[in-house]
Amino acid sequence: MTNPAATFDIDVQEGVLQLFPKGDWRAKALNRIDDRLRDFADDSVGRDLVIDLSGVERLDTTGAMMLQRTLNACGSRTEVSRYVGGTSAQYALLTQISDHLAPCFVEPVRANAALLMLERLGRGTIDALKAAQSLYSFIGHTLIATARVIVNPRRIRWTSTFHHMEEAGLDAVPIIALMTFLIGAVVAFMGAKILKLFNAEIFTVELVGISVLRELGVLLTAILIAGRSGSAFTAQIGSMNIREEIDALRVLGLDPMEVLVLPRVFALVLMVPILAFMAAMIGLAGGLIVAWLTMDIPPALFLARGNEAIHINNFWAGMIKAPFFAFVIAVIGCYQGMQVEGSAESLGQRTTLSVVQALFLVIVIDAFFAMFYLEIDF
Amino acid sequence: MTGPQSSRSIIGVRNLRTQFSDFVVHTGLDLDVIEGEIMGVVGGSGTGKSVLMRAIIGLKTPSEGNVRVFDIDFYAANERDKLSIERRWGVLFQGGALFSSLTVAQNVMAPIREHLGIDGGLAEDMAALKISMVGLPPEAGSKYPAELSGGMKKRAGLARALALDPEIVFLDEPTAGLDPIGAAAFDQLIVNLKESLGLTVFMVTHDLDTLHTACDRVAVLAEKRVIACGPLDEVRATDHAWIQEYFSGPRGRAALAAKAS
Repeated sequence: MTNPAATFDIDVQEGVLQLFPKGDWRAKALNRIDDRLRDFADDSVGRDLVIDLSGVERLDTTGAMMLQRTLNACGSRTEVSRYVGGTSAQYALLTQISDHLAPCFVEPVRANAALLMLERLGRGTIDALKAAQSLYSFIGHTLIATARVIVNPRRIRWTSTFHHMEEAGLDAVPIIALMTFLIGAVVAFMGAKILKLFNAEIFTVELVGISVLRELGVLLTAILIAGRSGSAFTAQIGSMNIREEIDALRVLGLDPMEVLVLPRVFALVLMVPILAFMAAMIGLAGGLIVAWLTMDIPPALFLARGNEAIHINNFWAGMIKAPFFAFVIAVIGCYQGMQVEGSAESLGQRTTLSVVQALFLVIVIDAFFAMFYLEIDF
Repeated sequence: MTGPQSSRSIIGVRNLRTQFSDFVVHTGLDLDVIEGEIMGVVGGSGTGKSVLMRAIIGLKTPSEGNVRVFDIDFYAANERDKLSIERRWGVLFQGGALFSSLTVAQNVMAPIREHLGIDGGLAEDMAALKISMVGLPPEAGSKYPAELSGGMKKRAGLARALALDPEIVFLDEPTAGLDPIGAAAFDQLIVNLKESLGLTVFMVTHDLDTLHTACDRVAVLAEKRVIACGPLDEVRATDHAWIQEYFSGPRGRAALAAKAS
């Protein structure tokens, strides 16, 4: 395929403009001459034009469009303005094209930049308020639905609940175990290094014990679950939403709250405390092993010291938070999934939002608990 | 341009075998599509019509056999040849498969930008032309796919498939989900485009009216292969239970009557 590149020549015969397109008039080659042809059309508005197609070797819709556009620009005296010298296929193509030259809108309609800023600010504020309101209303609905199924336990969907307990709980064990073990070890290392300066290495036990039991075990569990399961909930429910599966549930008389949301909420509220407990124990194990290997504190001493110096309240202070974190993560994951609207982009945004909001609220709740515990001296 | 109707095989499928793990969809399947024709592929649900299309357009690697498109063995070709083939065909998926984060016009412009490197005014004119040719109003160009009806999505998908002036267009159930008037208009549109652009069309369809009005030849998929292939009248005369039931059932007869009148 070695067609000569697209060009055109211009001539005047008896006062009539003549355009001689030549070569390969297909889209690939036409970008170069588009501007020149537009200039020519602008200059010759209202003049008669004859387009001689005999030099055109290949023609596609883009080429035909450009020729027809040029011809249209040159006035309406069709008895003079016309094509000559083409093949019947070329005429057929030009005729087909000629009805379809209206420009179309490309971008969504937009206002000017300053107004847009104001509009976005206002819209953003109102949207944020609305989002908060609808999130609270969703939490309320979840609680009401929970109360309803507790009164009537046959409506709890155990299969689905156990499925999510396995997926969000059991399958998360290895990663949570690894993370908390490492964090426990890291805290012990830090303690060992600094406390050595005061000859108080044995306080490593308290450092590891209190931080892991009170905060790190449960917090790390919540963070991992928010990233792992909160996002999965949003994606699952969101893609169901896109494909109208949630509408299908509704018209079948099934409450999406009971079918989709509650099993996920129950699964997390049941599993996160168990995971948090495991995380705390493995975190302690990490600290114990580092203490043993680097400070010669034997495991028996570590445990005895821990038993004596760390009050059991520290453990409860951590565990009490777990179901609250679980509830927030599950509810936000499901809520954001329900908010997904028809596009892949929206699904992505909602999944991001789900993780960000869940993490934010987990930390906020953790801070509230810390203040609360401080006040009541727990 | 179209030129005289040659009988060159533009798509050649030989001894194709496709399977999903143990489930064999096709085995020993042969099919030729001749340049400039509209080939309709029919078959019962689950006979692998869409899978055959996906095997030809490179989305489902066959476990045996080969697929030649423009006389190049697609699955043995290097990346450059593959790309050059992919520029010469357009595909309309069942649901349109428009990019949901782009407007319709931007969807149509996407292949123009990527493959031809054309931007700005010319790309917009080309998109406007294609959008108008498939029968969408100009204001549809600035809409997002989520704002379109099912029929408009199909038209927009066809506009994107036509963006690069392909030589072959693959259509997966183009008229499914359209009202009869819209479906008839779509059939006519495809015939017109074939006439004026010299397209070869490979169409998976269930629509008997489409077979009658649009298709030059029909291939019937059953028993994991093509059991009949040829002009509609020849295929209809084939002595095979499914074919007889398909074309002589109430809908088949109605479509035939409509064609005759």
